[in-house]
Amino acid sequence: MINKIGREIPDEILKQYGKEGYQGPNYRDNVRYKKAAPMVRGVVDPKQDKMVSNIREALEKCKIQDGMVLSFHHHFRDGDYVVNMVMAEVAAMGIRDITICASSLGAAHDPIAEYIEQGIVTGIQSSGVRGKIGEAISRGKLKTPAIIRSHGGRVRAIEEGDVHIDIAFIGAPTSDAYGNARGVGGKSDCGVLSYSMVDAQYADNVVVITDCLVPFPNFPASISMTNVDYVCVVDEIGNPDKIISNAIRMTKDVRELMMAKYCTRLIADSPYFQDGFSFQTGAGGASLAVNTMLRPIMEEKNIHMGFSIGGITQPICEMLKDGLVRNIVDAQCFDRASIESIKNDARHFEISTSEYANPMNKGTFANKLDFVILGALEVDIDYNVNVVTGSDGIVRGAPGGHPDIAAGSKCSIIIAPLVRGRIPTICDRVVTAVTPGETVDIIVTDYGIAINPRRTDLIEAYKNTHLPFCTIEELRDMAYEIVGTPDEIPFKDRVVGIIENRDGTILDVVRELDEEC
Amino acid sequence: MMHPNKKRLRRSMMFLNCQKPGLIKDPYIYGTDSIILDLEDAVAENQKDSARYSLYHALKEINYRGVERVVRMNGLDTPHWKEDIRVCVAGGADTIRIAKTESAQDVHVVEEHVLAAEREFGRPEGSTLLMAALESCRGVMNALEVCNSSDRLIGIALSGGDYTRDLQTVISGTGVELQGARQQMVIAARAAKVQCWDTVFTDLDNMEAFEKEVRMIKMMGFDGKSLVNPRQIEIVHEVFTPTKKEIIFADKIVREIDEKKAQGIGVFMVDGKMIDIAFYEGAVRTLKLAKAAGIYEEDL
Repeated sequence: MINKIGREIPDEILKQYGKEGYQGPNYRDNVRYKKAAPMVRGVVDPKQDKMVSNIREALEKCKIQDGMVLSFHHHFRDGDYVVNMVMAEVAAMGIRDITICASSLGAAHDPIAEYIEQGIVTGIQSSGVRGKIGEAISRGKLKTPAIIRSHGGRVRAIEEGDVHIDIAFIGAPTSDAYGNARGVGGKSDCGVLSYSMVDAQYADNVVVITDCLVPFPNFPASISMTNVDYVCVVDEIGNPDKIISNAIRMTKDVRELMMAKYCTRLIADSPYFQDGFSFQTGAGGASLAVNTMLRPIMEEKNIHMGFSIGGITQPICEMLKDGLVRNIVDAQCFDRASIESIKNDARHFEISTSEYANPMNKGTFANKLDFVILGALEVDIDYNVNVVTGSDGIVRGAPGGHPDIAAGSKCSIIIAPLVRGRIPTICDRVVTAVTPGETVDIIVTDYGIAINPRRTDLIEAYKNTHLPFCTIEELRDMAYEIVGTPDEIPFKDRVVGIIENRDGTILDVVRELDEEC
Repeated sequence: MMHPNKKRLRRSMMFLNCQKPGLIKDPYIYGTDSIILDLEDAVAENQKDSARYSLYHALKEINYRGVERVVRMNGLDTPHWKEDIRVCVAGGADTIRIAKTESAQDVHVVEEHVLAAEREFGRPEGSTLLMAALESCRGVMNALEVCNSSDRLIGIALSGGDYTRDLQTVISGTGVELQGARQQMVIAARAAKVQCWDTVFTDLDNMEAFEKEVRMIKMMGFDGKSLVNPRQIEIVHEVFTPTKKEIIFADKIVREIDEKKAQGIGVFMVDGKMIDIAFYEGAVRTLKLAKAAGIYEEDL
């Protein structure tokens, strides 16, 4: 079938997964469903010990077997040791046909590509896929199509029962022996454990892996003992230098600063820039600069931010400290300052990814957002955004919260350079649609700014704003004028990846790369 | 007939190294009035030919969207300048900035070669404009003769680094060492009715001092400034663009003087200020500047 954004989704895929094609951002509004439930092993005997001596013992006690689904979080980013550590043990035990259901997978997980080749891993369900895993997927090595979901979409799939986790492994900077785990403390401090909270509630077996055992009770706990089966202490759960940036540097790149300035102006001149507004931005050069540029305007107009959300960094924490931001709700810490803030400031809260963005619960922070600033690998003239496949057709990115907050917010702004090297960012048709165009409002590039024609209210609001506005088609033409019209990427028919919309409908598919062309 | 672009708005003239294709591919996005594609000091001595090659293709292939394309050629004391001129003209540069100009004769020499190149490459004669960088005490002392040297000459620019070396001093940050040259040059330029630009400011971490300097040179009468970084553009444009209040006042003056002149009245009051014909030229200049900057749309 051809779905609402004109992407062809093979009928056999829809049939096989019992899915529908994407039909609009609010298609499933008010749909009622019964939540999934895990199998629970009651810990009745007060003398029962949850400590296991190693990962092998944890796997054995959880009765690991072929075909299971194992889940992981990515709070340790490129410094993560947990996924590889667990999978090495799984491989050593001769277990096969595992599905990894991770909140994201990155370059730290290159060894998994080998397990894909060997048939030990046959399914990947993740937000991000990078490095060798992405290459293995795009080259058709994974037995089943990888399912790419947003952060909100992933927890929706878990809560609705689309995916059932057999064993959740939760790397935790600190835990007590009874499984109360926290994101703060220890030597591998990551601030929060937001990505794991839903896993802990919905998995049949939950194993906390830590390198810092602390006295009971480790409170307030991010992951509660009520959900944890076993606790395993290892030497190191990650490389602290790669888990967190000491300080994210402010960009001096004039191009990024120029785009940040445009973006700041757009926010300040919009009807939503009022006291109590809410905001999410990433840690990229331009979006981080918007934080800093917005501050003097807020001070001048006596406007306070109601809440800031997302991947949290120093500039927002400083605004919290100085009273310009009322609350921070945090699903991921990006730097040392954000960890210090969540430890010490009572207005800085840890939230679960379900609270953050699951579209099928009864309300999320994403729905209460005014402004979001996002990036893009590609944007097409229908405003569809690709953040997953590269210009070579290989899976190498992550939707993260992109589709969630684009859909939830009142004004979603994409910042991206018009061209990258010889690759046009603005194009006729994105290789892979990850965030549907009807949820994307403004595209800011270094060459000009396009407002989605659906947003007549924003176009009206900016009629006295002097910025280089143009149409998305003009941006595409400029990009093509500079780098030429790109050739189509040659793909085979076989589907190797499914891009699931946050509500569970199918937005697009990724096909196997045809490298003989 | 005067070249239509001779008096165009040139508040900001930003240097870019021709040796770096990434820099020269799209500087127009920053909104500078002119770019100066540099073949001179920024380019290593053994890279002059490759820089010229990049320059030629940039001029030929890139749509600079109305931004003036000035090329800084190498000085007449180098082996490069003749080929620089041929490449500039063949590529269709709008203007050539003559480095190390010391006299009217220097401009004449360049003019002669430009004309020959225009004939060689079939470009309209007189289409290539010139500007002169004064980089020595002798050049500064000869400012007026340089300003009057050619119909192609749009103006003169101070090059503070070389000038202060020749003056046997250094750039101090106070501006005292440049005071004489600035004053002399801007007076000469105004006398000859050409434009005048101030030297670059290289301390990118001190935007406050930069702004102070821009305000000072605006007050001295300069038309704009040579720049080394896009971050400097906004401040220059802000300082050199008339404010809303100035535009409204200038608009009133022009309208009133036109009207009163018809009624035979010479002196009158506008917003509590005594106005006569002496204000007319300044007011018209303010409106022209505002119009060129895109913030005034009337047809006065």
